[in-house]
Formats: sequence, structure tokens, C-alpha cells
Amino acid sequence: MTTSTISPKIIENFDLYAPKLVSKEEFFSPGHRACQGCAEALAIRLMCKALGRDTVITNATGCMEVISSLYPTTAWNLPWIHVAFPNAASVGSGVEAGLKALRRKGRIPDKRVKSVAIGGDGGTMDIGFQALSGAMERGHDLLYVCFDNEAYMNTGIQRSSGTPFLAATTTAPAGKVIPGNQVWKKNVMEIMVAHNLPYVATASPAYPIDFMNKVKKAREVNGPAYVHCLVTCPTGWRSPSDTAIQLGRLAWETGVFPIYEVEDGKYRYTLPVPEKRRPVEDYMKGQGRFRHVTPDQIKVIQERVDVEWEALRLKVENSQSRTEIRERLKK
Amino acid sequence: MGGQVKFIQGNEACVEGALYAGLGFFAGYPITPSTEIAELLSARLPQKRGIFMQMEDEIASICAIIGASLTGSKSMTATSGPGFSLMQEALGFAVMAEIPCVIVDVQRGGPSTGLATKLSQGDVNQARWGTHGDHAIVALTASNHQDVFSITVDAFNFAETYRTPVILLFDEVLGHMRERLEIPQPGELPLVERLKTALPEGVDYHPYLPREDGRLPMSDFGGVHRYNVTGLFHDMWGFPSENPSIVYGLMRHLTDKIEHHVDDLTRYKEYYADDAETLLISYGSSARSALHVVMNRRQRGERLGLLELQTLWPFPSELVREKAKNARYVVVVEMNMGQVLQSVKSAVDRPDKVSLANQVDGTLITPTTILNILRIIQGRGV
Repeated sequence: MTTSTISPKIIENFDLYAPKLVSKEEFFSPGHRACQGCAEALAIRLMCKALGRDTVITNATGCMEVISSLYPTTAWNLPWIHVAFPNAASVGSGVEAGLKALRRKGRIPDKRVKSVAIGGDGGTMDIGFQALSGAMERGHDLLYVCFDNEAYMNTGIQRSSGTPFLAATTTAPAGKVIPGNQVWKKNVMEIMVAHNLPYVATASPAYPIDFMNKVKKAREVNGPAYVHCLVTCPTGWRSPSDTAIQLGRLAWETGVFPIYEVEDGKYRYTLPVPEKRRPVEDYMKGQGRFRHVTPDQIKVIQERVDVEWEALRLKVENSQSRTEIRERLKK
Repeated sequence: MGGQVKFIQGNEACVEGALYAGLGFFAGYPITPSTEIAELLSARLPQKRGIFMQMEDEIASICAIIGASLTGSKSMTATSGPGFSLMQEALGFAVMAEIPCVIVDVQRGGPSTGLATKLSQGDVNQARWGTHGDHAIVALTASNHQDVFSITVDAFNFAETYRTPVILLFDEVLGHMRERLEIPQPGELPLVERLKTALPEGVDYHPYLPREDGRLPMSDFGGVHRYNVTGLFHDMWGFPSENPSIVYGLMRHLTDKIEHHVDDLTRYKEYYADDAETLLISYGSSARSALHVVMNRRQRGERLGLLELQTLWPFPSELVREKAKNARYVVVVEMNMGQVLQSVKSAVDRPDKVSLANQVDGTLITPTTILNILRIIQGRGV
């Protein structure tokens, strides 16, 4: 697929990273307490490499806060603040506004320090949603990265609005009558697109270069940006800890989690699109949380994925950036 | 007795108590150390044709149980400190609109995220004054699983009797510790069902017109009667009013319906309290350590006694004054900086004889610690 971009706001061909060019500097250091095979810790590490030194991290309550900061150690080589569950985006907004004010008054060196807020799916899509929407609406120079492992893993695998249909969790248990989670995953991407953000993207640490490019691109945006990162959780997904990357790739190859970006309103795939999508079963069968799902139920999920995939394809094919639309209207 | 015996966590005992009391609706949000309550009810409630809803946060959770309770279900939510903080506004609404519901706070260390997996008893005063404005509130606690079960049943009964939110203040040790619970047979513990209006359809129903005994019959919201519910000061129809006599009348009603029934609302246990030279006053899991001290010292002939409070709000001042009357030392054993201590001091005749034996490091206060503090208080050195 094409990777060219027409939006003038952002550097055009952004294939900045190649494995050899990735910084060796670690801003998220090893020795933290994440579970074996945690894709979220990997994603944070990659994100920090792409963000670089001039970054302030605001971390909502969640796994990453717990595993990275156990007394007397910290995994963070960046300024890091852990806040309450609902308001990482609000504190990130305050940090950004405060830095701006200090720069204006000449109290701190005149260089751009990026305020980055991070949270899990619960802290972003449920309890932190109001704060996220507010921060994006106010237009702060803020990057929000959601690390979506599809349930409240920190408190022991309770369902969130990121939990997929029929997945078993401790508050959506799979029983004889009710087979797991009864609602579809919330599409936060579309909600963020509806905020008219300059840059919105989905990503996965299974495609590290793509993910880092997106974080870097989002960092360069002078305004609000949102990156939604699907991260495998072997503990919560009941999957072997050596399959984190494999499952991440299958999520894209089956179309369960499409990887794309929306820049100035223009949708674009950022990875080579598979000629033929694999059946969703390939993605689900490696995960214990879907163990109870019957072939008939898989058909329902497959149908939904097909429809959503087609809806996205149409957007990729037909959407135009605001700049394009503006110029077309001028003519 | 003679019912089913289980070896379970305190959170499970709370669930069993709630189901025994007729819980029909639960809305909650995961938070350590209360999550097991939600997890268990997500499986158990649908089996009893009840509703379990996981909400997007604690604000939504308490608001959902308020809505569900109005429609006629016995409703409950469960949380811990940070979530309890988020619930405070809606808790005030439930007080004002007189909506029966039960809020479980399995306390952990605070403030803020605090000690997510460790215990404290630091929310006692938040339960009392967390929401803004003058109001009365009912808050209960217990120290073992049998009592957790029965006090949970009491909580539902009080909520229905007085049309008020009731707070259950448990703590992390109680919530996660496993011990024996014997579930009473159906009918063994009294249950208070919702008092529903006898008025038929087409007859004006006044949601806030008390009967002679002070109770307010309810009509299922969305049922046959059309009525108004608001968090503003309101008249007997539920319509907002700024009329000073109506405002004053409602304020008095909200306060008096609780404060005038302290005797009915008071649950407590006592061990050798009557002839105690040193009276320990405790509640929740710290009362277990206090009880151990009392039993141990009594065997050696020391006159120690324990008053275990199960009703923390409205504070049973008369009871405490009476029990502490003859004691030379009164020692409040709790795991906070002295929240019940203040209430005890203002209740007793001689506040100077009241001391605090506390521990606020996230671990359970041990009998040894209590004994060491007692030696200092009694002037015997360590």
C-alpha cells in the first residue's frame, strides 16, 4: 500500500526507522516486574525509544504503573508521574500547559518537551474517557497512547469496554447460558477521529518499526495526537507467554485489529495489506479466553470482522484529508 | 443455624449475605481489594435472575444502583477508597432523594492510590462526611465472616427501613482472609422488604410524605405512579423547593430519621466490658487482635474488656459512655490516625482517660503491639 501523504503538517515519507537505526538508549529499563511475555512492557520500551529524552510521561493507574515503579526501583529514565485512574489525560494537559507557561516566561530552556499521557484500555476507554475527550477537545500539544490489553489485567482480568465479544473474563465469565463478554469492543479510534485530531493511529508492538514510526510522527505533531496500541497479555488472554508477538501479528492478519492511521482526516493502511485475510479462528484458537467459543459463534465474529474490515477499506479508499477537501472547495 | 458451611473470603461472605438479603442488582467497577465481590456476583446474580452490570467507573456504579433501586430492586455496589471518593457526590444524592442502597467499601491504605493491596481503616470519617452538606448516614462494619454476613443483611434491612444509603466498611484483611461461614437457613435472619405504597393507579402518590411511623412507602419508578425525584431540596411531591420551611423540614427529616433511631441502628459486641479496668474499643479486623489480647489477659486475671463496635455511624455515643463509665483506661484500637478515637472522646465523661492504640503501616495491628501500647498507657513501661 501507499505510504505517501499529502498533509503538509507532517513530514511526508515517515519511514524513519530501520532496525539498525533504532536508538540503543533505554528510557524504560529492564528489571521491571511485568509478567513473562508482556507485550505492553515491550511497547512502552519501544515508545520511549521513539519519544526520546525531552518527554514527560503521565501514567494512569494500571499494570505499567505497578510493574515499573516498585520501591526502591524505577524502570523510568524519563520524568514520570503516576496519577489516579481516571485522569492521565487531564494531568498530561496540565503538564503541557505548565511547560508552555514556564517556557514563555523564560524559566526553563526554550525547547519543546513533549507531554505524553499513557493508560490502559480501562484507564482510557472507561474511567479515563471523559478526561481523554476533554484533553483532545482543548487541543493540547499532547500525545495520548492507549495500551489496550483488552481487560483490567492489573486487578485480575475484569472486562472493560476494550474486551472483545465473547472473551471470558472474571466479571464476564463464560458459563452455560452466557458465553463471556456480551458486547462488542468499543471503537475508540473512530471517537478520536471524530475529535478532528491531526493524527490518530492504531499500532502493535508486533510491528515495532511501524509502531515507533507512528509514535515519532505523533510526537512531531504540534497538537493533540492519539495512538491506540493493541498489546498481548498472556496472563489475561490465557495464552502461552511466547506467543505475544505471534498473536499481535495474527490480530492484523485476520483483520481483528486493523492497523492504520488517520492523518488530517485521511485514512491509510501503514502495513502491507494481506492478500487474503486469515480466518479469525486462527487468532482466537491460541487464547484460553476464547476456549468456550463455538463454531457458530466464531461465524458471528467473522461476519462482524468482515463488515468492519470492509467499512475501513472504504474509508481508506475514499477519505480525503481536510487539506485536500479545502483545496478542492477553493477550486 | 445448621445451614451450609463454607470456608471462604470475607468478600464472599458479603456476597452471600447480600444474596440472602435479596440482592437483585449489582453495579460495580474493579478495584482491589473489593473486586471479588463483583466477580462472584457476575456469576451468581444472573443465576438468580438478578442483574450484574460492570460500569465504566465508580461514579457510574453508584448512579446505576440508585436508578435500579428506584425501580424496586435491592441494589448494591462495592469498591475501595479511591472508588469511594468518586462515589461521594452520588452518595449525597441517595441521601437527599432517600434511595435505599448498600455501598461496600473494602478499605485499603489511602489517601489516593495509597496501599492498593494493604489494609487500613482510614475511610471511617469519609463515610460520615465525604459527601458535602449536612446529612446523617449509616455505616456498619464487622470483624469476622459470620458477622460480615449478618451485618450485610442488616445493611439491606436498614436501607429499606429508613430509605437511606448504608455503607459497609470492611477492610483488606477481612475481605481476603479465609475463614468459616455458616450460612443461616432462609428465614433465620429477619429480612425487611421494600415498603411499597398501597395506592392504586390513578391516585396521587406522594413519594416524600412519611407515614405516621416515619417510613416512606415507595412506588416502583416507571410503574403506575408518575413522580419526581431530585437532588434539590424538595417537597412531598418531590418537586424542588426553596421555601425555608420546606428546606428546614427536609433537613430535619433527613437527620432525625437516622439520629432518632440510634438504638435500633446500633450493633455491637462486648467481651468482659462490664467490670473492665481497661476497656478496649475496636471494630473491623483490628477488633480481632484486641479480642485476642482481652482473652489472653483475662486468663491471667487482668481486668481487660472489649467493646466491639459494628455500627460506626450514627455513632453509638450513649452506649460508649455507658460501657466506658467504670473503666480507668479506655483505649481505642484502630488502624488510622484516630478517627473513632475522636468520637469516643466526645462521647465519654472523661476524655482524658481515652487513648489510642493504632497502626498505620498497612499491616494488621498485632496483639503484641496492642499490649506494648497498653503497658505505656498504664504507666508500666515497655
